[in-house]
Amino acid sequence: MFLTDEQQSILKGSKGATHAKVMESLIRYGELFGAEKLVPITSKYNHLVTSFGLKMIGPIYDLMNKLIEAGAFSQQRFSCDPRPVDKNVPANFLQKLIFNKFMYSKQDFYEEQLNKLGLMDKDAFTCTCYMDEVGNKPNKGEILSWSESSAVVYANSVLGARCNRNSGIIDIMGSVAGYVPYFGLLTDEGRKATWIIELKTTKKPDAQLLGSAIGMKVMEDVPYVKGLDKYLGAELNDDACAYLKDFGAATASNGAVGLYHIENLTPEAKELGESLICENAQVYVIDDAELQRVYDSYPVVWKNKDAKPKLCFMGCPHMSLAQLKDWTVKLEKGLKENGNKKVLIPTVFTSAPKVIEKFKETEYAKRLEATGVILSYICPLMYMNNPLCKKMNVITSSNKLRTYTTARYYSDDEILAQLVGGSK
Amino acid sequence: MKKFVGRVVAPGEVRHVEALVSHGGLNTLASFQGALQFGDKKVKCGDQSNPDLYGKEMAGKALCIPQTIGSTTGGLVLYCACSMRRQPSCMLFSKPIDSLAGAGVILADVWLDGGAQMPVIDSLGDEFLETVKTGDKITVESDGTVIIE
Repeated sequence: MFLTDEQQSILKGSKGATHAKVMESLIRYGELFGAEKLVPITSKYNHLVTSFGLKMIGPIYDLMNKLIEAGAFSQQRFSCDPRPVDKNVPANFLQKLIFNKFMYSKQDFYEEQLNKLGLMDKDAFTCTCYMDEVGNKPNKGEILSWSESSAVVYANSVLGARCNRNSGIIDIMGSVAGYVPYFGLLTDEGRKATWIIELKTTKKPDAQLLGSAIGMKVMEDVPYVKGLDKYLGAELNDDACAYLKDFGAATASNGAVGLYHIENLTPEAKELGESLICENAQVYVIDDAELQRVYDSYPVVWKNKDAKPKLCFMGCPHMSLAQLKDWTVKLEKGLKENGNKKVLIPTVFTSAPKVIEKFKETEYAKRLEATGVILSYICPLMYMNNPLCKKMNVITSSNKLRTYTTARYYSDDEILAQLVGGSK
Repeated sequence: MKKFVGRVVAPGEVRHVEALVSHGGLNTLASFQGALQFGDKKVKCGDQSNPDLYGKEMAGKALCIPQTIGSTTGGLVLYCACSMRRQPSCMLFSKPIDSLAGAGVILADVWLDGGAQMPVIDSLGDEFLETVKTGDKITVESDGTVIIE
């Protein structure tokens, strides 16, 4: 790999052994993927996936300590994935004991480490750091060192920034050094589509189901989606961005997609059109039957498949302000039509702390509260990782949550019907 | 006996180790989390979505997979597994290694005393995964040669 004089000097130890190891990590990581150089990170902020003070990741705390002791701080401030625990989210005594004593007992300690290393502020915990309210929204063309699969795919696809699917810890190594290896989704060639997705459904598909189908088919490749602009329009408005947030998270978790292009909608597709498609791209046609096939393929891992749900999680990734308002209205209408006042299943909506703060300034906050829905900043995945929570019958319309946990997937419409008292 | 040659991602040798094969991607977080969290020295795979691996012991095995999938915590989970000496005996990838596993292996090799202590070979080809069966004995040589005995 070509290194500048400064990079070579750091690698040789001019800034100390820890900085040298950071540089070595980035170089060896890049060389695995054929990177020929390191390039400067140009975004204002970084985003890290590791937000949880999980007892099992002790070696990570040791590594973070090495960085802190060597003064190897992040050159950019950063946001982090959501916190794992919120006392407002329903949990019984034993579940709380496991959360606080066995699982996330290092949370305060770890947050202190994050503060020392460069956390943006005390509320910078969300997987949707790119929301306007949060303020970590990179510009088109900027080079990032982010992790968190749903944030990376959004930054690449919807914002046009450039970022690989980095792992936790490599993310902060990038911002300590100020450089990332140049390969994959950072390059023009790596951003070309090797799949064409032809959408031929008779109605607007559920974002999470469509994303799942595409993710499982293309895995880590780049898809170019034709026919979705018919339903989303040609402008990246609040509705389109919320749809693409959920769609992208499903492509990234059900597969390993780091970038997608939506014809006539996402920035590079608008600018470059079909020139983004590789010559021998494969084709995947998605119609109503294909989506049904994918839906039917999801295993239900509940012991009793007919059991009544005990909890509903919405907001993986975290909900946008527009989604919170939209769901408030849908719940009110559905409850009224069914003669109910509150949701029939304990329900938690999750969103970024700063989006929640903004939402609470609106008239919708009281109205949502009146439906019985709990609003929280946590990560539902981290809640479900508690062995006692795994046994609960949890429903969700998040395909990411379904993939990583025992939660059962239903479409948005099916979830709404269960919450307000209509049929599934 | 059949030989395959791949690329050395992390150096090392192992001899006569039992293979554990997954035809789907290894979800690193889902597979290792429970074992690391609750001190399971045999490291039983906790990924319910992976019928090839679920409930099987990963420690000391030659883990044969196409690539890893899932959360971008994958690399740090692998790093933790190596640090806690809960890693497989070796990891053998039929495809080029993915960015998450690659990061985890490199971090372990650079930052841990004694390195990853787990040879990692990638790009062994689709035929490798079609040939190797769970329970086969595997030998890995330092030049990236993998022998199915």
